[in-house]
Amino acid sequence: MNIIGLYNYWIVVVLMMIGFYVVIAHENLIKKLVGLSIFQTSVFFFYISTGKISGATAPILDPEYHLYSNPLPHVLILTAIVVGIATTALGLALVVRIQESYGSIEEHEIQSQDTQDQMESQLEAYGFRKKHILSIQNLDE
Amino acid sequence: MTEHLPILQVIIPLLGAPLCLIIRQERLVGVFALLVSTLTFLISCGQLQQVVQNGVQVYELGGWAAPWGIEYRIDYLNSYLLLIVSAMGAIVLVAAQTSIARELARNRRMLFYTAYLLCLTGLIGILSTGDAFNIFVFLEISSLSSYTLIALGSDRRALTASYQYLIMGTIGATFIIIGVGLMYMTTGTLNMYDLAARLPEVHHSRTVLSAIGFFIVGVCLKLALFPLHLWLPNAYAFAPSAATAFLAATSTKVAVYVLIRFVFSVVGAEFMVTVLPLQEIFIVLGVTGVFATSISAIYQLNIKRLFAYSSVAQIGYMIIGMAIGTPLGLSATLLHLFNHALMKAALFLAIGGVVYRIGSAQLSHFAGLGRQMPWTMAAIVAGGLSLIGVPLTVGFVSKWYLVLALLDKGWWPLTVLVLISSLLAVIYVWRIVEWVYFSQPRIIIDEVKDAPLSQLVPIWILVIANVYFGIDTSLTVGISQKAAALLFSVGGTF
Repeated sequence: MNIIGLYNYWIVVVLMMIGFYVVIAHENLIKKLVGLSIFQTSVFFFYISTGKISGATAPILDPEYHLYSNPLPHVLILTAIVVGIATTALGLALVVRIQESYGSIEEHEIQSQDTQDQMESQLEAYGFRKKHILSIQNLDE
Repeated sequence: MTEHLPILQVIIPLLGAPLCLIIRQERLVGVFALLVSTLTFLISCGQLQQVVQNGVQVYELGGWAAPWGIEYRIDYLNSYLLLIVSAMGAIVLVAAQTSIARELARNRRMLFYTAYLLCLTGLIGILSTGDAFNIFVFLEISSLSSYTLIALGSDRRALTASYQYLIMGTIGATFIIIGVGLMYMTTGTLNMYDLAARLPEVHHSRTVLSAIGFFIVGVCLKLALFPLHLWLPNAYAFAPSAATAFLAATSTKVAVYVLIRFVFSVVGAEFMVTVLPLQEIFIVLGVTGVFATSISAIYQLNIKRLFAYSSVAQIGYMIIGMAIGTPLGLSATLLHLFNHALMKAALFLAIGGVVYRIGSAQLSHFAGLGRQMPWTMAAIVAGGLSLIGVPLTVGFVSKWYLVLALLDKGWWPLTVLVLISSLLAVIYVWRIVEWVYFSQPRIIIDEVKDAPLSQLVPIWILVIANVYFGIDTSLTVGISQKAAALLFSVGGTF
């Protein structure tokens, strides 16, 4: 098996794992999106690698050349790049709105605010009025 | 004209979406979007008739022949699902007119309709296309617009729910293109019909196995199969009511379709049993999913979240039916796709009606509303009964076929589990009934009336459909059995 010759696929796998790890492990919402972008980009590399034939040229008909690379994966990946940009843009827009309404883009801070909201609504559901509720901050103190 | 129906069905909502932004007039946009979705629905009716009369409809985009060009292939399975999706798309929009006016700020309403039509385009595109990469493109169109729809919710948790869905959804979609890419690498084709012919030659290569693995995990993320369902409850709970009704009725169903299409048409049913232990995996995940999420549903305080968990449970039933691996089991799944769309649309629209009046979906706020909103609450109870699977409702029909399919295989322990899990549905539906009819109102809002007529009419159309298709099963059972039989027939799987 030709390990060094397949170096582009190794890069794909390494990038893919880095991206995937960042998405899972990071708490910061923007860092997560960065990870997601790396993850997607590795797939772009993968598609482009599959279209490459060594010694071949671009598929322009010319009597001089007989070996052509496959252009289809490149075209497919142009579509995927557009989708990736749309996803990143939408994700960033959401992060902006999250920052505006939570005042934070760290996952655990957002979660603790959400749990507090939920506790309040639960207590309210069981008949407590809002002002009597112990907030998480009070409990901590 | 009729030969262009497959493409028109995708193009019309696609062009309608930007036009919504151009029109800008609030009332006009709503009516326009309704018009577009009704037209889409009529086309899908015409198309189903075409398929029943003349068999598979093939449409070559731009006149390029199949393996090179993209083709749309409409057979029994697609046309049946197209009917479900476009019908739900149209009927939810009727109720959305008033519901959106209450729940969204003025400047966001037309954005809702734009995203809604784009989402519809994406879902219809996934169902129509016969090209594997095209599925990914349409999947992303529908996903990106559903992230937007969810983020339009008024609670700030809608934003985090949407973000979470975006991350999980994008990972799922990327898994799908990795799978498609690996398959393209080994077979050199993206057309699913062609793939089905070429994959058997390379079935045992490790590349193909990992391609199938990536693809299936990606799709399972999208359809919210049990351990991958974490994005769903919050997304459904905090989205605007009309968006929840639409997404709950359609988007997971379309993902189930992709799974069925891929497993049965592309790799073949035999493969599921022999090469990869897919059958065991699906059955185990399906059954655990049904139990775990039904139990979670019992403990929910928000009624939208409750039904969101129950949606994941229903997906479990669909996966069990599919994994049985017989035409009868598959037809039970296809029936449940249709029936579950009917009941969840009715339920979420009725909840939307309550939110319209009291501005909350907390179970405790529903206390004593049975007397003040008799018609809306009756609809919720009817939908709940259908969810449990009480005879004379659609829920009964699909559970009946599922049980028949399980018994036919001789898997009686699994039959017992399915029946026990239905009892869990009794518990969570009963909790709602108890709050609504047997407790004193905690918050007193003056003049709480039934939902407005523009919402009650679509809700009750759906409730009546729930009963009608529970009694007269000839259309749904007929089509789903035919579609299942075709998926199992050798060679001509499309």
